[in-house]
Amino acid sequence: MEIGLGHYLTVSAIIFTLGVLGIFLNRKNVIIILMSIEMMLLAVNLNLVAFSTFLHDLVGQIFAMIILTVAAAEAAIGLAILVVYFRNRGSIRVEDINMMKG
Amino acid sequence: MILQGIAFYVFAALLVASGVMVISARNPVHSVLFLILAFFQAAGLCVLMGAEFIAMILVIVYVGAVAVLFLFVVMMLDINFRELRKGAMEALPLGALVGLILLAELAAVLGGWIVAPNVAAIAGAPTPALDQVTNTHALGRLMYTQYVYLFQASGIVLLIAMIGAIVLTLRHRPGVRKQNIGVQIARRREDVVAIRKVSTGEGV
Repeated sequence: MEIGLGHYLTVSAIIFTLGVLGIFLNRKNVIIILMSIEMMLLAVNLNLVAFSTFLHDLVGQIFAMIILTVAAAEAAIGLAILVVYFRNRGSIRVEDINMMKG
Repeated sequence: MILQGIAFYVFAALLVASGVMVISARNPVHSVLFLILAFFQAAGLCVLMGAEFIAMILVIVYVGAVAVLFLFVVMMLDINFRELRKGAMEALPLGALVGLILLAELAAVLGGWIVAPNVAAIAGAPTPALDQVTNTHALGRLMYTQYVYLFQASGIVLLIAMIGAIVLTLRHRPGVRKQNIGVQIARRREDVVAIRKVSTGEGV
């Protein structure tokens, strides 16, 4: 019952795939899509931390923190855009977001 | 070692289960709550791996800030979520296909991959022994010396995100009376007060 690198990588691969699947399943709901993206970033973070631990290299954890920063910034900006969009159009359907279509 | 294995499987199973619930829950508020549960499980996995600082940051940043932000937005916007759920099942076959392909690719990568034999020699920053330096201390030593520019840059990213979010959501409503301090201070006596001689027995 030795827990190795492969176990953690498997878990984060499953979480990443769930994030991709969530984007397909909830194509109309931007909020769930944003949550799926957060889950994918979480999987990437788990990967980095797992490699950092099992290769005894701290740089992976530094990278994980940088990714966390970018994920927080992305969530803030994405939700701000969502609020502004809802205020202007009264809905958040993904199909309605086509004003910039060429 | 047995205990570690049990803890790993509990955290991993709960993480995957709450991930499934995030993408399949009917009510988005439940989705956000399951996302919070998933973040807690991920923090548990990080503690198991010995990355305590990342685990605490996960709890504070993801659960305390990002997930609560999601919760606020979901609860404040008056959105008809039932209508948004329509057509989810039509996309299931395509999504499942893409997911399976992605999972197979990841499995292929994981299966055919080995650690290089001289990996300890090329480590960018070897982890110090835990009985001498704690994880947080070691991370701080590395982050404030070797990676200080990266640290500053991520601070700038956060600053720009904050300014962007404020600029996007700030709204100027017409017709709201507000105190205008500049006008108040610039107001002088001779502009607003007029002294008139009123002769006795007449009105102004």
